[in-house]
Amino acid sequence: MIDLPILLAVADSFLHPIGPVAEEQLKHLNFVMLITLIAIIPPLVATPVILWRFRRKKPTGTYRPNWDSNPILESLMWGVPLIVVILMGISLWKITFRLDPYRELSDAPLKIKVIGLDWKWIFIYPDEKVALVDELIVPEGRAVEMILTTDTVMQSLRISAVVGQIYAMPAMTTKLNFIAAEEGEARGMNTQFTGEGFWKQKFPVYSVTDEQYNKRMEEARKSSLSLTPETYAILAVQGTSEEAKKPLGIADQVGPITLLLPEVNFFERVLARYWANEPMTPETQPGSPDYDPTKSTLPPAPSEPMMKM
Amino acid sequence: MEELLFGKLTWDSVIIVQEIEDPNLNTFITAGAAAMIPIGGVMIVALLWWLKWWKPLISWVTSVDHKRIGVMYIIFAVIMLFRGVVEGTLMRLHQATAIDGGFLSADHFNQLFTTHGTNMIFFVAMPFLIGLINIAVPLQIGARDVAFPKLNQISLGLTGAGGFLIMISLLIGEYATGGWTGYPSYNGKLVNPGVGPDYWLLSIGLSGIGSTLTGVNFAVTIYKMRAKGMTFMRMPLFTWTALATSILLIFAMPPLTACCAMLGLDRYLDFHFFTNDMGGNLMNFINLFWMFGHPEVYILILPAFGVMSEIAPTFAAKRLYGYKGLVAATMCIAVLSFMVWLHHFFTMGQSTTVNAAFGIATLLIAIPTGVKVYDWLATLWGGRIRFTTPMIYLCGFFILFVLGGFSGVVLANPTLDYQLHNSLFLVAHFHNVILPGTLFGILAAIHYWFPKMFGFRLMESWGRLTAGCWIFGFSVTFLPLYSLGLKGMTRRTVDYTDPSYVPLMIVSGVGSLFLSLAFLFLLVTFWRSIVNRKKLAVPFGDPWDGRTLEWWTPSPAPEYNFAVLPEVHSLDAFTAAKEAGTAYDPVEKYEDIEMPSNTYYGLIIGILVSAFGFGLVWYIWWMVIASFLGCIGTMIAYAFLPQRENIIPAEEVRRIDEAWRREARETQGITRDEESNETNKGLARPDILPSV
Repeated sequence: MIDLPILLAVADSFLHPIGPVAEEQLKHLNFVMLITLIAIIPPLVATPVILWRFRRKKPTGTYRPNWDSNPILESLMWGVPLIVVILMGISLWKITFRLDPYRELSDAPLKIKVIGLDWKWIFIYPDEKVALVDELIVPEGRAVEMILTTDTVMQSLRISAVVGQIYAMPAMTTKLNFIAAEEGEARGMNTQFTGEGFWKQKFPVYSVTDEQYNKRMEEARKSSLSLTPETYAILAVQGTSEEAKKPLGIADQVGPITLLLPEVNFFERVLARYWANEPMTPETQPGSPDYDPTKSTLPPAPSEPMMKM
Repeated sequence: MEELLFGKLTWDSVIIVQEIEDPNLNTFITAGAAAMIPIGGVMIVALLWWLKWWKPLISWVTSVDHKRIGVMYIIFAVIMLFRGVVEGTLMRLHQATAIDGGFLSADHFNQLFTTHGTNMIFFVAMPFLIGLINIAVPLQIGARDVAFPKLNQISLGLTGAGGFLIMISLLIGEYATGGWTGYPSYNGKLVNPGVGPDYWLLSIGLSGIGSTLTGVNFAVTIYKMRAKGMTFMRMPLFTWTALATSILLIFAMPPLTACCAMLGLDRYLDFHFFTNDMGGNLMNFINLFWMFGHPEVYILILPAFGVMSEIAPTFAAKRLYGYKGLVAATMCIAVLSFMVWLHHFFTMGQSTTVNAAFGIATLLIAIPTGVKVYDWLATLWGGRIRFTTPMIYLCGFFILFVLGGFSGVVLANPTLDYQLHNSLFLVAHFHNVILPGTLFGILAAIHYWFPKMFGFRLMESWGRLTAGCWIFGFSVTFLPLYSLGLKGMTRRTVDYTDPSYVPLMIVSGVGSLFLSLAFLFLLVTFWRSIVNRKKLAVPFGDPWDGRTLEWWTPSPAPEYNFAVLPEVHSLDAFTAAKEAGTAYDPVEKYEDIEMPSNTYYGLIIGILVSAFGFGLVWYIWWMVIASFLGCIGTMIAYAFLPQRENIIPAEEVRRIDEAWRREARETQGITRDEESNETNKGLARPDILPSV
């Protein structure tokens, strides 16, 4: 376990994991660093020694101007890094498959559909018929599968303490599977630069007991707002979720925006806007400086996927 | 009418006008930077007028001499480095104070990291390295010039045109904000309709064509123009790396040109290559960009490796260890560099098998790179090491570059990349390989080859101070970023809210001041050395007891490089001749030397392409059409112009060369103890040391 003292204060990265994926990533980091040391310690030690021993002013080693090869040394030079790479390659191969973000971690994971907007995230809970903006809440110990897209430019959703990141792209979906094993709070964010408000695109991730989770969902279902094309168009305007409260008419509400989900296939409708053979215009493309929420409409949900998901 | 003449260009596009309309610290900085363009321009013109340097200037910019073209590349790179260092320092200082609001606006910060990256890669590192290759390769292989001297000039003109576009964006309009990689759809027309992305794609697209031509030129030069007896396995290592770089340029630059052209079609003509809608796919851009981008990394590092392979044996006064291994490692890296591009986007959602395969391919590259470091250390083993400026860079390189490789191996693991991608850990990693690798290599090479170019050495005192300052500044600025990246801080953030980031951000900000100081010291080194050039002169041409052909001719090297083309019988041909005592023996037969004469070709193309790019950015269609037709017309016209050659008569060559050889035979050289003294006139005395 390598932990530099300067890192100890951190609560919000995979150095302090609250889920099995991040835990294994941390272990793998330590393994990689340790095994790489085999290859890098020799030059780090040899550099000062050689410079001292063979300095012109007062050398202590023999001068051998024509020494230019040695089969044993040569095979060590190629062999040691090769062995290190083979060892690391085996472990890389195994862990890349084991921690594949697309691999479902149980038979019936909790499905959450995620839409990235400038500069906020909508988390749709189809089973609960609610959507939360900039708040992710999951029951501890339960496998979660997120399916992501964006309705603007490419983004990357990362929850360090739990799993890491995956890109989210318009017209396409990606997946992120994880388990938050312990109760706690982590931070999620977009790591892919998306413009002026990019750095504000962060959200809390709560890993809670089933009871608390159900309570929160119950509470969310009391919302006065629904995720309709109209409210969605307003959310798609560039800005943080706090800034979206006023145009949504809930300026005084404290806490994250919650929405009812009258339509289970809302996520698919957002995707489908790019599958229709209609070009996007500056008025209809969220993220464009000329985007106009009154002109933005969503097509009906496709009956079957037009792209492989 | 106005639109016909000026396109989208209005008075408000000029940055200085914006400052007058809305004065604050942020616009003051942008306006200050913008003002440097006209003020600097006027000052240069005034200086040239005052010093009556018009004529020499013309003779330089119309020259096809590879050494002069190399020097012009390097001067261009130093100017751009000035801008890059200032931008980097501004960003680090802003982030150090960002929790209290900083002093830059978000838009300005976003332009800064985009120009800093684009500028440092395309207009600092590449011109520096191409400049060094220009200077050293023909001399190292014993040739009089490159294979296509005019083409070489055109490459320089195209690089200059790209540089013009990125510079003029400071004054007129704005630059892109999407980072040096310029991903769509962020850089697409719908999301960013302004001129910034157009400046970005035209500046790198046009200069990229120049780089492709450079690759062709040097590959042919190295294949075809080596001196008699210089087989491939007798080529100096720098030439080997230059060959690998040329091959990489030929194969890696076209994807960049293609993806810039396609993004241009999307933006200008409503195509849908990379758009969100109508079947466009931004992933194709990312793929194509990194198909260029990863070999590019090795375009930047391989020549620096070549420099290290020249410096280590020279300043350790012994043979290069493992020549064959180094050649094999160089070519391994060149091939493998095309097989790893996907590691720049492990997190894009492709299948695990693909990620794992590319992860392992990335690990494989670490093997030849490691072998190189071990070989250089073994080169020093058993030597007699002199701690000159290039050696100080080499020491800094050994320690720091190894750390960069270390973090690279960490990032090669897809599963760790899911955590560290887009974080400051990544920023720390690539600065950790590019500064101690590429930049230290470049600076060491400038010290090493400067006397060959100008006939005098750079001052050791200032040189060592500068080297120390770069090493210290780098360590303080970038090593803390590893820690911040592990803590989760992302790149490209104008602001942050986590107070635990602040202490290390401040350390990093202070470090950036040392990097600025190092740049200043670099200029002082040049200035003090120029002032003392008489004392530092090395007319005999061999100030470091060199081993390869470039030192076997006077300094500064004559236009024709070698009075008589050398013949090579082994590696380190010059050392062999010096050991045999035949290096300066008289030559019987001299011949007329034919050299290509000066031409305005490259200059005209450079100016026309600049106008073409500027016209496209601002939709000034008459300018676009006129400059495009102008380019075609120039090419046709020059194809019909009769070839003029400059003949240097055999008698004149004999007079100069005989004098040099005679004087070298009659003068007693210096030992390596006097290397840094004024007595070093560039003639090395055999330096037999008592064994210990």
